[in-house]
Amino acid sequence: MIYLRLFWEFFKTGLFAVGGGMATLPFLYDISDRTGWFTHAQLADMVAVSESTPGPIGVNMATYVGFLSAGVGGSVIATLGLITPSILIILIVSAFLQKFRDNKFVEGAFYGLRPASTAMILAALVLVVKATFLPNGLALPDWRLLVLAAVLLALTNVVKATKKLHPIVFIGASAVVGVVLRLAE
Amino acid sequence: MFKQLLELFFAFAKVGVMTFGGGYAMLPILQREIVENKGWATEEELADYFAIGQCTPGVIAVNTATFIGRKKDGILGGVVATLGVVFPSIVIISLLAGVISRFAELSWVKNAFAGVRVCVCVLIANAVWKLGKKSIVDKWAAAIFAVIAVGAIFTELSPVVFVLVAGVCGVVLRVLLQKGGAAK
Repeated sequence: MIYLRLFWEFFKTGLFAVGGGMATLPFLYDISDRTGWFTHAQLADMVAVSESTPGPIGVNMATYVGFLSAGVGGSVIATLGLITPSILIILIVSAFLQKFRDNKFVEGAFYGLRPASTAMILAALVLVVKATFLPNGLALPDWRLLVLAAVLLALTNVVKATKKLHPIVFIGASAVVGVVLRLAE
Repeated sequence: MFKQLLELFFAFAKVGVMTFGGGYAMLPILQREIVENKGWATEEELADYFAIGQCTPGVIAVNTATFIGRKKDGILGGVVATLGVVFPSIVIISLLAGVISRFAELSWVKNAFAGVRVCVCVLIANAVWKLGKKSIVDKWAAAIFAVIAVGAIFTELSPVVFVLVAGVCGVVLRVLLQKGGAAK
């Protein structure tokens, strides 16, 4: 039965997540809240693993969540659920390619959907930030984590030499810093 | 036919293996594998597929694979190309997820992930910034962004509700704004 529910949850995610891989994140938080199949902390780890392994990030996250929920069968079912709406929609759209692009209702809908998708990813970010920096409620965050965040923000946005590097470099470096400074303790 | 589909499957499995991060990361790889090596689509077609893949629901990489597969071998081709692009993810992530959950209690693994989570926050923040610059194009889009952000952060509503509301608002605003523009 969990397979059916997994398929349905990821079918909805694939149908309503607009704007690529990260856009599935708010849906994954929603699934976590409603089903308890995996925790918010596991979701944050999952984003890191999905960014650092081959494959599209949205597909990787679905596979990961499926595995945590119901093993290897779960990862297959979740991924199939995620891609089924895409296949159906694209097969339909590709038959009416030009009309679809020029349709003013379609264009209008996406004019509203794009900022909404950004806003929902922002809300997911708030949850990840809370779990990372304030794991014990409102106690003061560990200053070492804040310094690491500031350095990473600078390296990924400001410093010319490192700005274009692949995310996997920053994820790897952060893991090393975590082990060396014993950041979990 | 079978051989053709097999070729399609493995070509897209290769694209899946070589893509890290998805979305834009996939474009140069598709250009090399699909346009230059296989000749299954032209540069222009790829750009069109990519643009539509971005603004239709679902993962961009999957949408683009379905497009190219369908163009080459019909509906079955669309399905096979899509299965090809997700196949490496299923194998690799299933292996990794098993390993990670087994070692999750070790102290060095915990420390590593404490650092990695900080990095994840930064990466998501960068993604929000990038998407925001592209999607918040005027004050109405900014208003939609603000309303949905408050709703998503402070309420327990399903994301599906926000998507539907934002889509309807987008259509209504576009129709109203165009009428207003014509009246002036």
